Amino acid sequence: MGDFRMPSLGADMTEGTLLEWLVHPGDVVHRGDIIAVVDTSKSAIDVEVFEEGRVVELLVQPGTTVPVGAPLARLDGVGVATDEGGRGPQPEATPKPKPKPKPKPEETLTPAPSPVPPAKEAARRAPAAQQHRDGSHIAASPFARRRAQELGVDLSTVVGHGGVISVADVEAAAGSGPSEAPPESVPPAQPPSAPAASDHAAAMRQAIGALMARSKREIPHYYLQTTIDMSAALDWLSGLNAERTVAERVLPAALLLKAVAVSARGMPDMNGFFVDGNFRPQDHVHVGVAVSLRGGGLIAPALHDADLASLDDLMPRMKDLVQRARSGRLRSSEMSDPTLTVTNLGEQGAELVHGVIYPPQVSLVGFGRIVERPIAVQGMLAVRPLLVATLAADHRVSDGHRGGLFLAAIDAALQSPENLQGGTS
Amino acid sequence: MNVDESRSVVAGLVEQIAPDVDLTSIDPERDMRREVDLDSLDFQTLVEQVAEATGVEIPETDYPQVRSLTGMSEYIAAHVPS
Repeated sequence: MGDFRMPSLGADMTEGTLLEWLVHPGDVVHRGDIIAVVDTSKSAIDVEVFEEGRVVELLVQPGTTVPVGAPLARLDGVGVATDEGGRGPQPEATPKPKPKPKPKPEETLTPAPSPVPPAKEAARRAPAAQQHRDGSHIAASPFARRRAQELGVDLSTVVGHGGVISVADVEAAAGSGPSEAPPESVPPAQPPSAPAASDHAAAMRQAIGALMARSKREIPHYYLQTTIDMSAALDWLSGLNAERTVAERVLPAALLLKAVAVSARGMPDMNGFFVDGNFRPQDHVHVGVAVSLRGGGLIAPALHDADLASLDDLMPRMKDLVQRARSGRLRSSEMSDPTLTVTNLGEQGAELVHGVIYPPQVSLVGFGRIVERPIAVQGMLAVRPLLVATLAADHRVSDGHRGGLFLAAIDAALQSPENLQGGTS
Repeated sequence: MNVDESRSVVAGLVEQIAPDVDLTSIDPERDMRREVDLDSLDFQTLVEQVAEATGVEIPETDYPQVRSLTGMSEYIAAHVPS
């Protein structure tokens, strides 16, 4: 017998709203099944269970907001535990605005047993669906569910177009879709759906602000930068992509992620969590990918075991992760356990970024825009595509010398891009 | 497929990627990555969907020709299999 609890989906999360149950009492659940959808201030998240068991009782009704660690359901089964904290760090003993409902210390502070890599679980994941009143299943995206929650729409009354209920379907059902207003009419000061949406944007901004303030308050950052000649990497990618269909092409962003992940494997003091005054290096390299959301906001879910993936595996996974981050379809394991983060400003970005570390991580690698600049090469002036890579790292764990070695390793990896292509099983 | 037709295809795909942008308000001659705020993944998705919708596979070496809405529409119209 065990409780399934509100998971910690990132260090900035203190509470979450249960949007929807995807299981019923009596259902048997398996590791990796998505059994609930939870709304954090950042996104609707599909929450996985990490144990086998049977659902005995659902303790919390959809729409209820509870603190991290609060029991959501009772599970019965062999070795049932919670996925609290996922595979990542346990929630820290930071002051909570609301008292937790009697958390047992040994449950909130003891590291969870290391679960199985999620890739192996994917095949068994339950589809995100719930039942209509007549027993048939409702397919709706978490984002649609969140809108339904905001607008007070009963999903079982919504007609989905194309098989899956979308946000537009929900808004149409609520009579608040933007297309409902005749174009010639004078728009109201606030469209009907605006307050909820702007509340969400404000909540997200507040969450980012709180987390970054905590980072700046608690983490003694140091910053390093190095300029990387990207000629070899870009030439190699051009050759690779020339033979490929569009869908198979690899972007520089994927190569950069792989270079960081491979380099982090040899730098335990850059890859891990600082929790309760102690640094816990991590064996796996789960690279947090900072994704900017259209309309504002930022979310940094994990690409698991990025150091072991081949480029041809990493590229579609990165694309999928970014798309799901933007459409509100992330999974709990992706939210809870990045071991370090990469922020890539991309083609339209600035040339350099001094990042802010995501607690409880201890390093953040930043890449600016690749720009052609004059540079001395073997005593001659040359024009090369250059990339400024930066590192923000935690002085409680490492010093500038180690950080410099980390950046040098990333640089070296990018000078031999062919070595980044393969994977390790 | 003429340029008007390919433009409407491209516009439809861009609107899916960037639903918050009013395409009538952008300069069709300028780089869409900046006009519509597309990152490299968004742009690759667009090129991928163009290939699916029209059969035109744009090689990376031709990307400089297709950065603007107009450039991409003209490129597709010129390369679409008859």
